[in-house]
Amino acid sequence: MLDKNMEETVSEKSKIIAQDVRVLYSDKEALRNVNIRISEKMVTAFIGPSGCGKSTFLRCFNRMNDTISDCRVEGSIMFDDQDISQIDPVMLRAKVGMVFQKPNPFPKSIYDNVAYGPRIHGRARNKAELDEIVEKALRRGAIWDEVKDRLHTSGTGLSGGQQQRLCIARAIATEPEVLLMDEPCSALDPIATAQIEELISELRQNFSVIIVTHSMQQAARVSQKTAFFHLGNLVEFDDTSTIFTNPQDARTESYVTGRIG
Amino acid sequence: MDLKARYAKELRFRMYGLVAITLGLICVLALFGSVLAAGLPAFKQTFIQLQLDLPAAKLDKTGTRDPEKMKKVSTIGYSKAIRDQLQQNLKDAGIDFSKLDKKQLKNMISKEAPAQLRYAVLKDPSLLDRPFDFEVLANGRIDGYYKGRVTFETAALDVMISPDQLVLADAMKAAGLLKTRFNGQFFYWPDASDLRPEAAGLGVALLGSLYMVIIVFVLAVPLSVCTAVFLEEFAPRNWFTDLIEINISNLAAVPSIVFGILGLALFINFMDLPQSAPIVGGLCLTLMTLPTVIIAARAAIKAVPPSIKSAALGLGASRVQAVFHHVLPSAAPGILTGTILGLAQALGETAPLLLIGMVAFVREYPALSPDGIFDPSTALPVQIYNWTVRGDPAFVERASGAIIVLLCFMITMNAVAIILRRRFEKRW
Repeated sequence: MLDKNMEETVSEKSKIIAQDVRVLYSDKEALRNVNIRISEKMVTAFIGPSGCGKSTFLRCFNRMNDTISDCRVEGSIMFDDQDISQIDPVMLRAKVGMVFQKPNPFPKSIYDNVAYGPRIHGRARNKAELDEIVEKALRRGAIWDEVKDRLHTSGTGLSGGQQQRLCIARAIATEPEVLLMDEPCSALDPIATAQIEELISELRQNFSVIIVTHSMQQAARVSQKTAFFHLGNLVEFDDTSTIFTNPQDARTESYVTGRIG
Repeated sequence: MDLKARYAKELRFRMYGLVAITLGLICVLALFGSVLAAGLPAFKQTFIQLQLDLPAAKLDKTGTRDPEKMKKVSTIGYSKAIRDQLQQNLKDAGIDFSKLDKKQLKNMISKEAPAQLRYAVLKDPSLLDRPFDFEVLANGRIDGYYKGRVTFETAALDVMISPDQLVLADAMKAAGLLKTRFNGQFFYWPDASDLRPEAAGLGVALLGSLYMVIIVFVLAVPLSVCTAVFLEEFAPRNWFTDLIEINISNLAAVPSIVFGILGLALFINFMDLPQSAPIVGGLCLTLMTLPTVIIAARAAIKAVPPSIKSAALGLGASRVQAVFHHVLPSAAPGILTGTILGLAQALGETAPLLLIGMVAFVREYPALSPDGIFDPSTALPVQIYNWTVRGDPAFVERASGAIIVLLCFMITMNAVAIILRRRFEKRW
């Protein structure tokens, strides 16, 4: 099935190509022999039961697993034909942004939250430029209208959904090419979730998005490609519609129809 | 068990708690009550108002009004002058002092007064040419009489004071020559010898304590914060860092006198730093304060949610940037609170200072420049200890006054720590 997938994606440009990726925590294998091509300007969803390794895999793309001392990543991940293990993590993370499960704004003003990335990467030459970057990011994060009058109040004073959109705005302020989202809606109510999902569909025009989710409906709603993980294996990777209507693997079918998971 | 018995048990337990808290409160109130009762009089002092018309011929024999030459006249000369002037003042006021001999008359006034007057005259020799008002300290026993410490009965048995002198003091008070008022000198005068408790002040001790607290702050805070940040954020977890961690916890429990022995051996005997100097005391107290502040700083850093650090790392911040831009600012109030509590602990510490010679009798102020940390000095808690062991009850009163001053500093520092903690308590 992997071959078929690769044939199909020839026409689409691959942003990230992972080959034989294996992740170990101490001596425990969390992920084995994963091969995947992430297409540019598409939303790719990773689904699967808890503990299947989907979040671990996501964290490989911006080398966040490096911060865990006993975690080891093997195999190669190519980002625009460059091996990410050869890219400095600081540079890589500027290009591969991340949004976390729980909204985690810095305990600073909304403005400073968004401006932090551009500041440390030296994106703005002066205050006016920085203002522009912050406004653009907040607009893209679909939160500008709600916060434009209180940019200098604390980011932690916003509601959960607003905080998560602020975090998305913060992540895209560094102009990444890929946006990683680790269950971005799991801590939010349905209305906030709908807003974020809408936002993800818009973000697709400018970024490649990879989203980990445990909600199959969410994967079906927002993604074009879906990968199903089970017990550390990538079981199936295909167009989202195929995964949900005509899965090739029996395990995928059991999962999407709700029999396991 | 039936319901009634269960409620009775709960009630009984609540009563135990109430009794315990009440006992504790009573002890605290008793402590404050006794300290305040014994110490508040130290903030008042009895003074004698004199109108002086000094004999210029005796105090400046050359007639040049040159302070260098006038220095030849010692305090003995001034002592006689003061006694004569007191006699004159009493005559002018129409007060009868015939029962007192010359020595008793002289002893109405503190032994500190001649030095006080000599200093004033040397500073401004023109005082010899005209009459002027001058306020001198009354003898400590007379001061004690107005604070209830000395009575006619005790005065009769005391070689230092006689009932006749007290009668005279009352007459002077009625005439307005003698009065008891707030004693600002207590805060800035240096210590005084056993015979003149009325002149003893906290100046040297306050300055010494201030120098030491500054040294502790300057040394302990950066060292502790760096240690805490390294251990929490950068150090790998292995047997070596475990060992360091255990040792820091153990150091926090080491009796403070041990740090005094270490300071004596290391700073004075080995490094040849001067004895009794705030630098040595400050270094000892730094060693003692380090573990406290390190533990507080580590707890504060640990309390910052890891998600904040992840967010910074995810944006492409380096580890150092993540720590210094986000973790440390969030932990700062906690670190500050720990620091203030550590400083308060250092301010109140006595034992190590005794060992490095800060218990000495020091009358000279340490220099008001950075060099002052090498000059001999005492410290607030040591001064309290020092005064408590002296015989004269007037010193015990002053020791209690010093305790009040120390307690005020402690309460202020702890209150600041609590306010900071409340204000910056984190909102995630």
